[in-house]
Amino acid sequence: MSLLGIDQTQVQRLRATADEITRSLAPLLRAHTTVTVERAVLRLLGVDGVDHHQVPLPNVVVNHLREKAGDGAAAAVCAAMLHTGASIGEVAEQVARGELDLHRLAQVPEDEVRALGHELAAEGLARIRANVREREERISRLPVRGQPWKYVIVATGNIHEDVIQARAAVRRGADIIAVIRTTGQSLLDYVPYGPTTEGFGGTYATQANFRIMRAALDEVAEETGHYVRLVNYASGLCMPEIVVMGAFERLDMMLNDSMYGILFRDINPVRTFVDQFFSRMVDAAAGIIINTGEDNYLTTADAVEAAHTVLASDFINESFGLAAGLRSDLLGLGHAFEIDPDLEDSFLLELSQALLLREVFPDSPLKYMPPTKHMSGDVFKGYLMNAMFNLSGIWSHQGIQLLGMLTEAMHTPFLQDRFLALQNADYVMNAARHIQDQVTFRPDSLVVRRAHEVLDKTGRLLEEVRGAGLLEAISAGWFADISRPADGGKGLLGVLKKSGRYFNPCKSVLAVQLGLEKEIDTWI
Amino acid sequence: MDLNLREIRPYGDTLSDGAMQMSFTLPLPTGPLAKEAALRFVRRLGLAEADVVHMAELGEGFTFFIVYGKTRLFIDATDITVTAVESDVWDRATCDEKIRELFGRKLRIVGACIGEDAHTVGIDAIMNMKGYAGHYGLERFSMIDAFNLGAQVEPETLLARALEKQADAVLVSQVVTQRDAHLQNLTRFVELAEAAGVRDRLVLIAGGPRLDHKLALELGYDAGFGRGTFAEHVASFIITHLARSRGSSGSKG
Ligand code: B12
Repeated sequence: MSLLGIDQTQVQRLRATADEITRSLAPLLRAHTTVTVERAVLRLLGVDGVDHHQVPLPNVVVNHLREKAGDGAAAAVCAAMLHTGASIGEVAEQVARGELDLHRLAQVPEDEVRALGHELAAEGLARIRANVREREERISRLPVRGQPWKYVIVATGNIHEDVIQARAAVRRGADIIAVIRTTGQSLLDYVPYGPTTEGFGGTYATQANFRIMRAALDEVAEETGHYVRLVNYASGLCMPEIVVMGAFERLDMMLNDSMYGILFRDINPVRTFVDQFFSRMVDAAAGIIINTGEDNYLTTADAVEAAHTVLASDFINESFGLAAGLRSDLLGLGHAFEIDPDLEDSFLLELSQALLLREVFPDSPLKYMPPTKHMSGDVFKGYLMNAMFNLSGIWSHQGIQLLGMLTEAMHTPFLQDRFLALQNADYVMNAARHIQDQVTFRPDSLVVRRAHEVLDKTGRLLEEVRGAGLLEAISAGWFADISRPADGGKGLLGVLKKSGRYFNPCKSVLAVQLGLEKEIDTWI
Repeated sequence: MDLNLREIRPYGDTLSDGAMQMSFTLPLPTGPLAKEAALRFVRRLGLAEADVVHMAELGEGFTFFIVYGKTRLFIDATDITVTAVESDVWDRATCDEKIRELFGRKLRIVGACIGEDAHTVGIDAIMNMKGYAGHYGLERFSMIDAFNLGAQVEPETLLARALEKQADAVLVSQVVTQRDAHLQNLTRFVELAEAAGVRDRLVLIAGGPRLDHKLALELGYDAGFGRGTFAEHVASFIITHLARSRGSSGSKG
């Protein structure tokens, strides 16, 4: 039943427009790979570790290949394996020590190279599938609570301190723990290695840190009787690699937006679009729920005026996600409670937007972000704003409720802030648990009218984007009031033209797993 | 009711009652011992009559407290000097007029959020046409050429661009303060300007939600602005400062 009287054929039309928008980028995706996609492939095939300068071996190999990476890093590495009889790890180490030059290999039959690549890719995928089974087994033993799932962040900078904070939050009812990355990691063109204890406003995303937090959450889940989902952030210059590492360590969710890096980190658009596609195929195979970052748009643009840009971007993220094999239930599409609290009826506008998103994406676990921009040093008012946000969340049946912290304007959360946030959510959501079944809206109510207005505007925006092209729309500043030209931004040098011989063994192996055999060649 | 400025205490419902509330966490498991520890702790903070009105278990051996108490400590309000930006604040039209009058040319202002800090909203609020909360930004001032370089700008780049544009003033924004990231970045920029021998040619202004004038002065800036700043505050300060320093050196722009 539609509370808002939303016409699903209109929604389907918007979806079709979004599909045309994303589809028009396919030739670009097909023509390019990136250094981080190639490094992610190497990681999937089994390359890990660092050289004596702490440079990750996937970087060592791809840097060594230079333009030859346009053939696909896997091709050279597999050829070297066939040639030397060494394992993939040994090949990477020999390159790092300067003992092996991948530019000077004698010819090896191409079909042998490909067969070996596929074999290694299948092994990598098997590792990931084993984690999917383990997650399923744990969840069947330790059932997760109903939605909205309560999601809190830890961000001390020190993974061991994060563990203490995370376990405490889980004991007080958190369903999801996100470890926020340190300031600036998204612009590193490598993924740091090993456990870390120094970060600014967040903790480095490293595979070792993933493993440490995973183990801690699994342990505390045995006590509470509920599986705890672990989240990290992939968006940035190393998006696909971080997803592979997360898939290996059984992360459950990943911030993995198709445009966030472009808009909020000034990363080159082509690089980001290429990276998001491959990384989401890995998410899909790993059963990782992605989170998209539309909430951020409302920090730079006005939440009332720009509401339709959030929804339009959600359609685009959904379309890219589905194309890469993500099911609807793995699409944590983002939106936020960011309207100026001093505005009259601001709560009605928020509720309208939240209900609208719910009706437009009925099968997706929407990720609902709390007030951040209008949070101030007045923690008392902030606590109240978070309660209104929680009311909107339970009313509109959000999937992932990112709990607001009363100290948002000052610092990353203290232990007690998280506790207060969980208490706030528990109280409000319990008190209003069945409110959606109890209340209907008059067709001429503000809530209903506003929802239609936003949906109509979304349709118009999507059509304009289709007309102009997505890259042009981004360059013109249509999203988040931020303009990013396609030939600018960070990481542009890491975008490579694929050669005619390009080989990525993970592509076909993943495509088979995801049932994408037919379409995949039209995309990448 | 006699207010004694030399003996100022918090106010609950009776002058000088010293009533306060506070909340904090101790790394002790919830129980009588933790409660007693909290009480003794706030007594040491000067809360003579204190009461733990709420205690909750946070897990992992931590306990949260809400405490009410009355302090006998006081402050002498007659003995305080405040470091604040000293300049009148004029509206946009007046600023433009003053610039025309005093300098006879446009002022050039270059700004950025430096280091790894990616927060642009603050510097945009001050510099971009659109401004903030109904107050237009510096780009809107007809006698100001404003160049906003955005965020994640290296201090070296900011300085180079400021020199290239022959800037009169440089605006540096810092929002992330965790582990004193802002202090390092702000200091680095001043050091660069000094090393290049151009410090005195530029009005240097720092800004951000955790910054104030006093801190900015300590770091070697001419002024610092925190929350609630608008473009006209910054423009007025720059005009006043330039007029004062150029007036004293006898040159005009
Ligand atoms: C919006 C926002 C973001 C957006 C930024 C989008 C953008 N393009 O700017 C996004 C989502 C990208 C973001 C990312 C992060 N953020 Co943030 N963010 C915020 C948020 C919610 C609002 C900030 C804001 O826009 N305020 C509105 C503006 C207008 O206010 P303002 O900046 O204070 O500016 C005013 C004055 O300070 C002054 N001013 C500011 N600069 C200057 C300069 C000059 C020269 C002058 C004169 C005046 C001036 O004038 C302005 C107008 O009055 C705050 C929380 C909050 N409510 O404050 C967190 C917050 C600032 N972020 C924080 C953190 C930790 C991060 C991350 C590091 C998180 C992470 N680990 O990934 C990343 C940063 C990544 C990076 N490389 O920097 C922390 C900082 C903690 C700290 N004290 O160090 C905060 C406080 C949130 C929190 N509680 O953890 N963030």
